[in-house]
Amino acid sequence: MNPLRDTRDARLPRVAGPCAVVLFGVTGDLARKKIMPAIYDLANRGLLPPGFGLVGFARREWADEDFAQEVHDSVREHARTPFREEVWRQLSQGIRFVAGDLADPQAFDRLRETVHSLDAERGTLGNHAFYLSIPPGLFPTVVSQIQQAGLAKKPPGAWRRVVIEKPFGHNLASAEELDRVLADVFAPDEIFRIDHYLGKETVQNILAVRFANEMFEPLWNSRYVDNIQITQAEDIGIGGRAGYYDGIGAARDVIQNHLLQLLALTAMDEPLSFDPRQVRQEKEKVLAAVTVPRDIDLHTARGQYATGWQGGVPVFGYLEEPGIPADSTTETFAAIRVDIDNRRWAGVPFYLRTGKRLGRRVTEVAVVFKRAPHLPFASTSVQELSDNALVFRIQPDEGITLRFGSKVPGVSAMEVRDVTMDFQYGDSFVDTSPEAYERLILDVLLGDPPLFPQAREVDLSWRILDPVLDRWSESGRPATYASGGWGPASAYEMIARDGRTWRRP
Amino acid sequence: MIRLEDTSGHDIAAAIAHERHRMGSPTTGMVLSLLILTDETYQADATAAAVASAREHPMRILTLIPRPGGDIGRIDADISVGGDDGPGEVAVMRLRGDRSDHANSVVIPLLLPDTPVVTWWPGTAPVSLAADPIGSHAGRRISDVSTLAEPIEGLRIRRDNYQPGDTDLSWTRLTGWRSTLAAVLDRPVGDVHSVTVTAPVNNPSAVLLAAWLAWALDIPARLVPGSGPGLNAVALSIDDGTIELARPDGRMATLRMPGVPESPIALPRRTIADLIAEDLRRLTPDEIYAEALAAIDRVDIG
Repeated sequence: MNPLRDTRDARLPRVAGPCAVVLFGVTGDLARKKIMPAIYDLANRGLLPPGFGLVGFARREWADEDFAQEVHDSVREHARTPFREEVWRQLSQGIRFVAGDLADPQAFDRLRETVHSLDAERGTLGNHAFYLSIPPGLFPTVVSQIQQAGLAKKPPGAWRRVVIEKPFGHNLASAEELDRVLADVFAPDEIFRIDHYLGKETVQNILAVRFANEMFEPLWNSRYVDNIQITQAEDIGIGGRAGYYDGIGAARDVIQNHLLQLLALTAMDEPLSFDPRQVRQEKEKVLAAVTVPRDIDLHTARGQYATGWQGGVPVFGYLEEPGIPADSTTETFAAIRVDIDNRRWAGVPFYLRTGKRLGRRVTEVAVVFKRAPHLPFASTSVQELSDNALVFRIQPDEGITLRFGSKVPGVSAMEVRDVTMDFQYGDSFVDTSPEAYERLILDVLLGDPPLFPQAREVDLSWRILDPVLDRWSESGRPATYASGGWGPASAYEMIARDGRTWRRP
Repeated sequence: MIRLEDTSGHDIAAAIAHERHRMGSPTTGMVLSLLILTDETYQADATAAAVASAREHPMRILTLIPRPGGDIGRIDADISVGGDDGPGEVAVMRLRGDRSDHANSVVIPLLLPDTPVVTWWPGTAPVSLAADPIGSHAGRRISDVSTLAEPIEGLRIRRDNYQPGDTDLSWTRLTGWRSTLAAVLDRPVGDVHSVTVTAPVNNPSAVLLAAWLAWALDIPARLVPGSGPGLNAVALSIDDGTIELARPDGRMATLRMPGVPESPIALPRRTIADLIAEDLRRLTPDEIYAEALAAIDRVDIG
């Protein structure tokens, strides 16, 4: 117990202990745009320990300095906090590079020697996190190399952790296979699966709003809630990610992880405490209660964006994107209805939708309430009144919107129309608050797991999605939809069948 | 910016509300009211620092400048709302003549309803922050003894009159040092026997840092003179030798400890805006500050 750490001392930040991060896939987009800048930002905020090392591994003929220059460039371009020479000096002292092929055992021997010498030179005390920012097909190779080189063996008192990014498999069977590969070498609490949505302040705020207040939770059930709509829309196409995206599609890319996690946080019961185990238990319970409709065709929709116009600019269709086969059946829009079979949510449909090249970039969770059972006004007075709604705006324009009916000012008859009440995080919320990756990487280094889904949550998500994906795979090509809109006609039809409509986000 | 001459607290409140409506956004999401009580020397810098930290904490900033003397008793105010300066609302008020004794009555109609109030004295502060009429509105009261001619005496006054909710920027300035030292002691280093802090004489932050270590580690602490800027070094003596965190230039520190390679640590001095932003993050009593303050007599200030 460190006498300088007093639980009453709210000013002292949580600082990671001495450790080294070994980064595989240093030349990838994610490493350059997110991971390396986030590590710098953590250092700049004073959250990395004096003994910190960053080891890059790639098939490049680089010396330590070349890799350091690479990190430097990515930090200059993508870090959120200002560049400070002294912070860079501190960080760059611990940067090392190991050149080699992932399949080459000798390269991993060199890696072992590098991290060991880092332990001595920088005092990282034998604590190592392996960050696999590489395609999942390579995980088995890397994990077994790590084991064979003896890198997974830890001295007494030290820790080993492995960090992986989505996709966590492409269906239940492959996710379980991935679990087996990792479990051979790492214990469940040493495996950190990054779903960067869970690192977002606005996502964590869902739990704060629900469980820190008295005024929302009593309404949070089928008696008052009519339906819940969770939307993640992007206005861009697949960009340069053809190789990753084709064959994966919108449902695997977004619904399986981000949207089902948002659903879990929105629908779960109150955990006994914010202890990671308790939160996980409640999320698993609600995910286990999720069911998909019997007739999948009627209650789901998928589509591919077509050539067209978006915001006044001409854009390619999905099949015309470079690297996409002309007969691809990969969906770029996916919408599904799910239900939750428990007392709280029986009869409340949850609509999940995601897509590329939609009207605007937005992620939100909308809780749509039932209409008042009786309206003591003339029917003409409330024509303009729609359903009450509470909307968590996850990004951009982070905040909360509450929509309700209010009197139209004036001396004529009583007229009621919708008004919205907005809570907005401070203007520069986006600049000052830590990026999701900062939070998550710090949590990895601290060994703090509440924001990381474990194998069972991932498996439960695939169990929900697998029947939908199976049905889609035998149904031919998805319909096309116009770029810049809100998806294919089938999306409107599926929700109209339930007598409801999508919110325009 | 709007200038109101010979005005009152009520008119200033109405002018702020009017300006909000004119901009089309009557709801604002303000989280607190910040009262800055100051003379002309500090008012511009303090207000600017508060405006900068309003980006993190949207707030109503009320700067009060008493201008006693003269025959004419009147209040003049400069008001700005939102815009390029950030999301905050700012009113800088000069209380002239007999009005200078009645800052409290000016402030009451200007406080945001049912949100926390923080008072900040960038220069001279009253003997008891909590008992002061302006301080009595606030759950958090911020002084800065480093601006005084006798800062160490200032610390003693703060100690003798401490009430929960008080804090001082000379304590806030230490967070980087304290965080680094705590990280150092996260490693197993054995018992710490004594501490020496090197800093320019009369540096209140150095006294508080030494006092904090004396209290937390229950060890003797002493100061030795340094050349600045700000704190220069902290040395902890342990069984194997000395752990030293030295910052000769006010920016870059070096950590030396037995058996571990020397490492550079960025430890830059921070702006007032950064300090205020940190202080506004938590409005609960600063209990560790109280512990350090109570221990200042344990420090041998040489």
